[in-house]
Amino acid sequence: MTHSPDINDPEILKPPARKRSWQQKMNRLSPYMFMVPAVVIMAIALIYPLGYMIWGSFRDWNPSQSIGEAEFVGLKNYITLWGDPNFRESLGVTLRFAFIVVGVEMILGVGLALLLDRDIRGMSVLRTMFILPMMIAPVVVGLMWRYMYHPTVGTFNRTLESMGLPKVDWLGDHALLSVIIADIWQWTPFIFILSLAALQSLPRSALEAARIDGATAWQQIWFIKLPLMLPVLIVTCLLRLIDAFKVLEVILVLTQGGPGLSTEILALRISRTATEFRELGVAAAMSNYLLILLLIFTLGMFAFTRWQEIRASRVRAAAEDAS
Amino acid sequence: MPRIQLEKLVKRYGDVQVLHGIDLDIEDNEFTVLVGPSGCGKSTTLRMIAGLEDVSEGEIYVDGVPVSHLEPKDRDLAMVFQDYALYPHMNVAQNISFALRLAKRPKAEIDAKVKEVADLVGLTEFLARKPGALSGGQRQRVAMARALAKDSPIFLFDEPLSNLDAKLRGQMRAELALMSQSVRKNMIYVTHDQIEAMTLADRIVVMHGGYIQQQGTPKELFNNPANKFVAGFLGMPPMNFMDAQIEQRDGATFVTGNGFDLQLHDASAKAANTHGKRDVIMGIRPSDLRFSEDPAPHRSLALDVMVSEYIGAQSVLMCKCGDSNITVEINSEIPMALGETLTFEVDPARIHLFDRESENTLKI
Repeated sequence: MTHSPDINDPEILKPPARKRSWQQKMNRLSPYMFMVPAVVIMAIALIYPLGYMIWGSFRDWNPSQSIGEAEFVGLKNYITLWGDPNFRESLGVTLRFAFIVVGVEMILGVGLALLLDRDIRGMSVLRTMFILPMMIAPVVVGLMWRYMYHPTVGTFNRTLESMGLPKVDWLGDHALLSVIIADIWQWTPFIFILSLAALQSLPRSALEAARIDGATAWQQIWFIKLPLMLPVLIVTCLLRLIDAFKVLEVILVLTQGGPGLSTEILALRISRTATEFRELGVAAAMSNYLLILLLIFTLGMFAFTRWQEIRASRVRAAAEDAS
Repeated sequence: MPRIQLEKLVKRYGDVQVLHGIDLDIEDNEFTVLVGPSGCGKSTTLRMIAGLEDVSEGEIYVDGVPVSHLEPKDRDLAMVFQDYALYPHMNVAQNISFALRLAKRPKAEIDAKVKEVADLVGLTEFLARKPGALSGGQRQRVAMARALAKDSPIFLFDEPLSNLDAKLRGQMRAELALMSQSVRKNMIYVTHDQIEAMTLADRIVVMHGGYIQQQGTPKELFNNPANKFVAGFLGMPPMNFMDAQIEQRDGATFVTGNGFDLQLHDASAKAANTHGKRDVIMGIRPSDLRFSEDPAPHRSLALDVMVSEYIGAQSVLMCKCGDSNITVEINSEIPMALGETLTFEVDPARIHLFDRESENTLKI
C-alpha cells in the first residue's frame, strides 16, 4: 500500500512560497506594463511640449535663443497680452467665429437630420454625399472656396453677374462672413451624422404613441424628438465648439487673417506671433490662454456626461426600489 | 361608441402579402381580442386600424365613414403599446396629460383628468416620477392611464402584457378585465396568449397566416372550433390529434385508428357520413378524457403513461396510444405509475373530427 498525501492538509494546497509571491507581484504589475508604451508616447508627444510651452510663456524668448538663455519675466507676457487691443480683437474674432459657426451648424445639421430621417429610395447615397465635405482636407477646402470667392473668376461673382446683380467683395468687405460660410459648409455634416444617429436610436414606439396622442409633425419634433436628442446634441455642440476655437487652415488659405485683423483668429495670431514677430514667449502665453478656454469647455463636457451618469444611476436605483 | 368595420383589408410589404382580405365587424362596446401565433398579421391589422401602417387594399370604416386615409391623430383612438412607449423625458403626470395638452384643454380640466385616471390605475403617488424610475408593472399602468385620459371611444392594445413577468401578467389581466367592465369602450386587443384571449374577450378573432380562421365568443370557439388550427390553438394543454378512419359496422359509425376504436354519437356520425370522408383527424381535448376502471365498450382509449407532470391539484400525463402522443389531464389523487397502461373514457359528444386534407371541422 502506498502512502497518499492527506489532501485536507492546507500546507499541501499552497504552492511554494517564493514562487507565489513573485507571480502575485507580476500579476499586479502587468496592467501597468501594458500601459507603459502609451504613457511614454503621451509623455513625449503631449506632456513634454505642454510643459515646455508653459515654461516658455514666462520668458522673453527669441527663436534664436535656446530656452535656457531666455530671460525670465514672470507673468509679464500674460499681462501685456491682456492689455493688447490686437489680442483682444483676435480673441473677439475667435469667439464670434466659433459661436456663429457652431450655432448655424447646429440648426442646419439637426434640421437636415430631421428631414432625412425617413426611408426613401436612394437615401443612403444621399446621406453619404452629405458627409463628403467633412472628409476633405481643410487646406483643400480653403483653396476650393478661395477660387469660388475670387472677385472676378469665382463662381459666386460670375453667377451674380450673369443674373445682373452687383458683385460682392467676398474676401474683402465680408471676409468673416465668407470664412464662416466655408466652415459651415465643411462641418455641418458632422452635426448631421451625429444627430441622425441620435434620431435613429430614438424609441420608435414613443413617436408612434405621440402620433396617436395627436401630435403634428412639428409637435413631434418639438416635444419628443428634440428633448430626447438633447444629451447627444449638447455633447456634439461642445465638441464642435472646442474644434472651432482651434480652426486654422481654412482661414489661413482663404484670408491669412485679413483684411486687417478681421479674420485673424487666435490660432493664426499665435502662429504669426511665433514666426513673424519672433516672440515665442508671447505666443506661448497666448496658446495658454486658448488652452484655458478650451479646458473650460472640455471640463464642462465632462461635467455634463458625469452628471448624466449620476442621474441615470439614481433613476435606476429608484426603479429597483419600485419593483 | 362607434362601430368599426374592416372590409377586405390587405397588407403587402413589397411582394410579400401578410394580410389576405380581412373582413371584420366590431360591434358597439365590445372587447375584441385578435389572437394568433407570431406573424399571423394580428398586430399589422391593429396598426392599420390605428393608422400606423398604410392600408394596401380594402377599407376601414368607423361608423360607416372610411378612415384609412386619415392620420392616427385624426382617428380619435387611444393605444397601449407592448413596450409601453412612454415618453422617457416626461414624468408620469406629463405622460398622461400629453394628448390633452396638445389638444389645448384648460389646465384645470387636465389636472382633474390626470388625477382621475391616476386614481383609477393606482399611480397617484408616482405622478412626479419619470418612467425610468418605475417598475415594469407601473410603466404598464402609466401607458394604460395615458390611453384612458384621452377619452377616445376606441381603445387599442398591442400585446400590452407580454413584457411583464408571469405573476404580474395574471394580476394585470384581472385588473384589465375589471377595467373593461367599468369603462365601456370599443376595445381591440392583440395577443399571442390564448389565456388572455379566453379570459378577456367578449369575442375572439383567431388569425393565422394572414387569414381570419374563426371568430366568436370564447365558449363557441372552444367547444365548436371551425378547423384544426383553432382547435389546437385554444385550450391548454392543447387538443390531441390522431389520424383515424371512419368505419360503418353493425349499423353504427366508428372512428378507428392505431390503438383505438370509438363509436361516434349520432351528430358526428351524420357529419362524417354526409361528407363521405373515410380519412379524418380525430381531436380530443386533454380535459375530456376521464380515468375509468370499467369503461363502456367502444368509448375508451388505453394509454401507456410515459411522463407525468405534477402541477398541483391536476397532473398532466404524456401518454402513448399506438404511435400517437396523447396528453391527458387528470386529478392528481388518482394513483398511477409510469409505464402503466390506463384506460380513459371519452364522451362521444366531445370527439372532434377534421377533414384530413382541408383540416376543417366535419359539420352536418
